[in-house]
Amino acid sequence: MYLVKCEVVVIEFHLDARSGVAPYRQLIHQVRHALRLGLLREGDQLPKVKDVVAGLAINPNTVLKAYRELEYEGLVAARPGIGTFVTGTLDGGPLAAHQPLRRDLARWLAKARRAGLDDESIEALFASTFRSASEEDIA
Amino acid sequence: MSAAIETEGLGKRYRRQWALTDCTLSIPAGHVVGLVGPNGAGKTTLLSLAVGLLAPDAGTIEVLGGMPGAGPTQLARVGFLAQDSPVYAGLSVADHLKLGARLNPGWDEGLARGRVDRLDLDPGQKAGTLSGGQRAQLALTLAIAKRPELLILDEPVASLDPLARREFLADLMQAVAEQQLSVVLSSHLVADLERVCDYLIVLVGSRVRVAGPVDELLATHHLLSGPYRDPATLPGGLKVISASHTDVQTTLLVRTSGGILDPAWTVFQVGLEDLVLAYMSQATGRRRRDNHHLEVRK
Repeated sequence: MYLVKCEVVVIEFHLDARSGVAPYRQLIHQVRHALRLGLLREGDQLPKVKDVVAGLAINPNTVLKAYRELEYEGLVAARPGIGTFVTGTLDGGPLAAHQPLRRDLARWLAKARRAGLDDESIEALFASTFRSASEEDIA
Repeated sequence: MSAAIETEGLGKRYRRQWALTDCTLSIPAGHVVGLVGPNGAGKTTLLSLAVGLLAPDAGTIEVLGGMPGAGPTQLARVGFLAQDSPVYAGLSVADHLKLGARLNPGWDEGLARGRVDRLDLDPGQKAGTLSGGQRAQLALTLAIAKRPELLILDEPVASLDPLARREFLADLMQAVAEQQLSVVLSSHLVADLERVCDYLIVLVGSRVRVAGPVDELLATHHLLSGPYRDPATLPGGLKVISASHTDVQTTLLVRTSGGILDPAWTVFQVGLEDLVLAYMSQATGRRRRDNHHLEVRK
């Protein structure tokens, strides 16, 4: 086992206070996003908890919670006393699926406009459908 | 894990006025607790009781399993930073560290010196000539270097500018990460608390209105919007925190452990600030809303 980039921290976190998204979710999202874009690769180290805390002035438990969840998803692994390292990837499948989905969505948007919906009604319709669909998933 | 602070029916009276009434709390250790409420709500009274500067007039309080201020061991376990970060204006930064070392059995000299270096404080400078942010950082240095298990801070950032505020909170969080410290801090600025606190207590008009882990509070409170409805006709299990009505629409902030199943409601997530404000106006504006409610029903 060799790890060349042991001490190289690749990404930096930021928080959007107005987004309404819980801070630990924002951290998770940023790691997943970096994985998807290929900015983070297997073996890369995530920022140390105390550095995130000092940089963002946030509660250490928030960072730990985000890292725990990423670990649970199998994307990272914690090595006690050393740090948290990327072990999984998030590429291939999802990106390839984007193109056809985008085409379907564009077609649907055109249909909605022809039916006389303005931008706001389209957004509201999408948001409420998205919400009830996610709720059905949970239930 | 033992409780950081445990109170039962705690009360404090100044002459005939109760500054804190029937306060029952159980705050687990290992949290960063935000104590929020308007000025005069009783925040400082509660914190002063926790460090033993005041004695209760009713009920009991235990801090880290001991009686507040009872003996040197208890004093060494709890750090306290009073409002406006008091320092001795005529003493230098180095004098303050010397004082800290003499007065505290568990003093961590390396930590204190390291922090003073990192903050770029001149050891020879008199504390009275430091900026507000530097004074707060010096006071925080003393409080952290005594290596307490619980650190209590009364409005630590209220008088600081936004940059100094952020730096102070970042340093405090770093200490929490490195030293496994429990923290209780009071503030009337919810935005500051949102990032750093994972446990919240809302205190208004001498009473605790709500207390609990932030995640749990956010998960159990919802903002509902829908056609007009008399809150009295809502199903049980929904606790209405605030309600506002127009002739046709009702907006409610409710607390419930289950989901919202009634399809008439559009459900929104509630931010911490809205949640705190709802509890504050519930405590102070009840009469006004009741009148309004009557008007609507006429």
